[in-house]
Amino acid sequence: MSIRALPLYATIAIFLLAYLICYIQFPAMLSTRVIGNLLTDNAYLGIVAVGMTIVIISGGIDLSVGSVIAFSGVFIAVVLRDTGIHPLVVFAMLLAITTAFGAAMGGMIYLLAMPPFIVTLAGMFLARGASYMLSIDSVPIADPLYQLMQRAYYVMPGRGRLTLLGMIMIMAVVVGMIVLHRTRFGTNVYALGGGEATARLMGVAVGRTTVAVYAFSGFMAGLSGIVFSVYTSAGYPLATVGVELSAIAAVVIGGTLLTGGSGYMFGTLIGVLTMGLIQTYIVFDGSLSSWWTKIVIGGLLLMFILLQKGLLRLRIHQ
Amino acid sequence: MLLSTRDLTKTFPGTRALDAVSFDLKAGEVHALLGENGAGKSTLIKCLTGAYRRDSGDILFEGQPIFPQSTLEAQAIGIGTVYQEVNLLPNLTVAENLTLGHQPRRLGMIRSRAMNAQADEMLSGYGIDIDVRRTLDQYSVAVQQIVAIARAVHLSGRVLILDEPTASLDAREVQMLFDVVRDLRARGLGIIFISHFLDQVFEISDRLTILRNGRHIATCPAAEVDRMQLITLMLGHELQQETATRARPVADGKDAIRFSGVGRRGRIAPFDLTVHKGEVIGMAGLLGSGRTESAEVLFGAAPSDSGTVEDSDGPVDLRNPRAAIAAGFAFAPEDRKTDGIIAELSVRENIILALQARRGWSRPIPQAEQIRMADDYIARLDIRTPDAEKPVGLLSGGNQQKVILARWLATNPRFLILDEPTRGIDVGAHAEILRLIEDVVAQGMSILVISSELDELVAVSHRVIVVRDRQHVSQLTGEDVTTDTIVRAIAAPDLTPEATT
Amino acid sequence: MTTVLRRVAPQLLTLVAVIMLVSIYFPSFWQIVYVNERLVGIPIDVIKRGAPVALLAIGMTLVIATRGIDLSVGAVMAICGASAAWSIDQGFGLWAALGIALVAGLICGLWNGLLVAVFDIQPIVATLILMVAGRGIAQLITGGTILTFDNDAFSYLGSGTLLGVPVPAVIWVLTGIGFGLLVRRTALGLLVESIGVNLRASTLTGINSRVLLIAVYMGSGFCAALAGIIATADIRGADANNAGLWLELDAILAVVIGGNSLLGGRFSILASILGAMIIQTINTGILLAGFPSEFNLVIKAVLVIIILVLQSPRVLPQLAYLWRGRRDRSQRPKQSQTSQQNAGTETKT
Repeated sequence: MSIRALPLYATIAIFLLAYLICYIQFPAMLSTRVIGNLLTDNAYLGIVAVGMTIVIISGGIDLSVGSVIAFSGVFIAVVLRDTGIHPLVVFAMLLAITTAFGAAMGGMIYLLAMPPFIVTLAGMFLARGASYMLSIDSVPIADPLYQLMQRAYYVMPGRGRLTLLGMIMIMAVVVGMIVLHRTRFGTNVYALGGGEATARLMGVAVGRTTVAVYAFSGFMAGLSGIVFSVYTSAGYPLATVGVELSAIAAVVIGGTLLTGGSGYMFGTLIGVLTMGLIQTYIVFDGSLSSWWTKIVIGGLLLMFILLQKGLLRLRIHQ
Repeated sequence: MLLSTRDLTKTFPGTRALDAVSFDLKAGEVHALLGENGAGKSTLIKCLTGAYRRDSGDILFEGQPIFPQSTLEAQAIGIGTVYQEVNLLPNLTVAENLTLGHQPRRLGMIRSRAMNAQADEMLSGYGIDIDVRRTLDQYSVAVQQIVAIARAVHLSGRVLILDEPTASLDAREVQMLFDVVRDLRARGLGIIFISHFLDQVFEISDRLTILRNGRHIATCPAAEVDRMQLITLMLGHELQQETATRARPVADGKDAIRFSGVGRRGRIAPFDLTVHKGEVIGMAGLLGSGRTESAEVLFGAAPSDSGTVEDSDGPVDLRNPRAAIAAGFAFAPEDRKTDGIIAELSVRENIILALQARRGWSRPIPQAEQIRMADDYIARLDIRTPDAEKPVGLLSGGNQQKVILARWLATNPRFLILDEPTRGIDVGAHAEILRLIEDVVAQGMSILVISSELDELVAVSHRVIVVRDRQHVSQLTGEDVTTDTIVRAIAAPDLTPEATT
Repeated sequence: MTTVLRRVAPQLLTLVAVIMLVSIYFPSFWQIVYVNERLVGIPIDVIKRGAPVALLAIGMTLVIATRGIDLSVGAVMAICGASAAWSIDQGFGLWAALGIALVAGLICGLWNGLLVAVFDIQPIVATLILMVAGRGIAQLITGGTILTFDNDAFSYLGSGTLLGVPVPAVIWVLTGIGFGLLVRRTALGLLVESIGVNLRASTLTGINSRVLLIAVYMGSGFCAALAGIIATADIRGADANNAGLWLELDAILAVVIGGNSLLGGRFSILASILGAMIIQTINTGILLAGFPSEFNLVIKAVLVIIILVLQSPRVLPQLAYLWRGRRDRSQRPKQSQTSQQNAGTETKT
């Protein structure tokens, strides 16, 4: 068994164990309805975490995604309100903007040789500021397509609903898995996270890969923004503050090494579901307070960071 | 000739790293490149592989002049390199490492099975049977080296440069690697082999080229030289220097620091050492023999895991550098840039730093006192700097070394360890540092000098310890301290039978 | 003194420029009046509202000087504010509340410092844990509500005045002076800069880098505790969700505007505080101009980008090269002799 896959197994084991505990206390939690809701409610987070996984495996971080999601919602809402452009065209425009935005950040990180953390911090301010410039208030979206998208679902056995949003998230994860594990680009991402200097010596185009990594994250943030706007039927510049933190937490809890070079896309899906499960449990319980979510997630973060550190020591020891 | 250089010259500020070096490599030979640190080996390799741009001279590949601008270009021409470390990515699978950038694809997707088959194919003939789907870091360093060789041979295929490939291998693994090297030689590759293990050099090489101070010293068939001649050529002591007359150490035993059985597993075998007041102990040995490791044990930088240390007042605590400094020890490390200077801080701050660290944060050295100390040492050691406030990183190597010496002299230590104090320093500064050693010893300080320059050791040392294969193998005193005896002790394993690995 | 002035000159000039810009739109900017035993005016407002970021920037400067970063300060503010409010609520009195809040901040700093210095975890990763969990802990203390209290002595710290000056401004000025004296009148500043430039060489020189690192993170926690106390006292309640929200980013920005390198080494607390004041002046100016306060996000982004370009290890040498090239060209005819002398002193650039 590969030592590198150990955090992934730990993630899966924790998720199953948590689900078991939930089930013992509240047998109703083992139903397709709960699972369907878990997927729908966390769809936007899951999608953005797919992009974040690739960024983190490449050894970077993207703090701008929460702001980009908010920008996306406001952009769509304002364009739909003020023009007669078809929503699908608006989606395409938006994805082009957010992808270019990500690419620009990647370019700056590479060209300026500055820490990704501070460059994407500037991106975070910029995207949030841009959404305020479009609108200060929440802008409702009443497009027929939106109503259609909200009502689109597949009824699973047990009357649970697999919504369109949930399906988009699963598709995003599948696309992420293919990109990360089945393309040369994906291998280059691991190479970058394993050691930039060595990767360059081995012929990896470091600049192009860095730009592509952040462009991919920007694309996923835009897609997440579309899903979030469908989920809430509105664009609000104050929305999704701190989602970048949740996404980073989900990626780490999913077994990805925060310093890059190691991790699995599937683990991120489990990480997102684990975080969703904690929230669902608290809702089911009723007496527990919501802040326990943050504390438990912080505890899980600590556990996984220490686990990774321990494994690193073990590998060096070998 | 497969690959040759003609009058290759490369200059860095302050030093001429390569001085009109001519070198050639035939197809189907293993050609060892020998020399101490700073001899110009790595500069030569970096010029060959395009990592450095040469100042002048030619590089000919099969008779054609080439101008590689990067290691990738050199690789495409046919020159592949395997370094001691950082060749491949430990977090990727063996197959991914072998095929990175060339993975077989269908519709943009990597065909894993084909990729793994290709990797298996690339590894066939290397005598290792491993699962290419596992990540590289699950295999031993030897296997990683062979995988790196397989990749380099696959991508370049004519010239293979092995830069210290055996540094972290055990004897069995070295044989495994050598089998691969012999096989490649039989296939007609030209192989440049760099190692500081002379036994290995003699075992595998057909010809040897020796560099010293950036100059080509000799090239000859390996069978025509013995160890003595080789070491003499590498260390170079054409100048027969007479042993300088010097004051005998005060060997009354009272002021001695006695190390008994100190060592560190995997780095240096346990050894005994008694340091007398006012004594200069030289330490000789080839690169990688355990010289620096001895110094690190003595200073607590890599603390000893055995033995005891005591002086006339009882046991001495050497848990870490702080404890060692408190006990009056000082250490000027070999790698000035990473272990010595604090580049951004000023000359003044660098000079007072060790003393300040020993006094503790709450008792700052007054500004006036700092300036006085800095000016004093700048004058005393002739540190060439416009003023004491210049960042030390902007000074030349020799002046940086003097700043580090000043830093330690300011703490007034009783035992000063100098690891290669004169490497990469111009002749003037070199002489000044030797004079300085004589000065402080006259005042009663004890010094341990590690150096590759035997003339220098003979000139300053009262006695010389010879280190080989991570053991202290002999100690030369009095009349025996000559370059000849040192070379003989480094070269001859039969002098001390227990020293063989 | 002149070296200090030279160091903070860019920040001072920027601050003056920003103030002048605001003054053009609001000639009444400098109108300060004295009513009800307190000074009232825009500059007074700036130094009061800028207090939390200025305090956080003091601690953050030291952390960044060690080549670290502390993402948790916003959450630590919330924890300490909540602890203080809880103590008041329990009737422990002013001094106990202050003590408990400050100790809470020190414990948070100790936690971060242990993860960084002992467990050897990257600072950005190590402090992320408390950034995520901290607000949960704060909510745990407040019980999820905005814990309000009625204690005039405590709220004096947030909204009172001392000789007409708002108490928060007095606190950050005193803290800044205190920390400034602590690092510059002792050897701490030098030792911190040393481990920030070269940790390994510093350890070999005998500096106790592990303890020093922990102390620096504890200092950051202490500053965050003071900021949390002020924020809590100001609104007479602890809001675990919003106290100090995103202020860690403003604090980092202030340090960066202060010209301190994110790669560690030389630092100036005064410059960071000026950076915090620049940020607050922009905030206030935008508010006065009638723009929504959120517009300053774009300005901050532009500021960060400009500073990044100026600090970039790839861009700086190029600029220096261009600059030197121009000087060389203009001076070459008459300077050939000097340049030979320079070469003789073997100083390499």
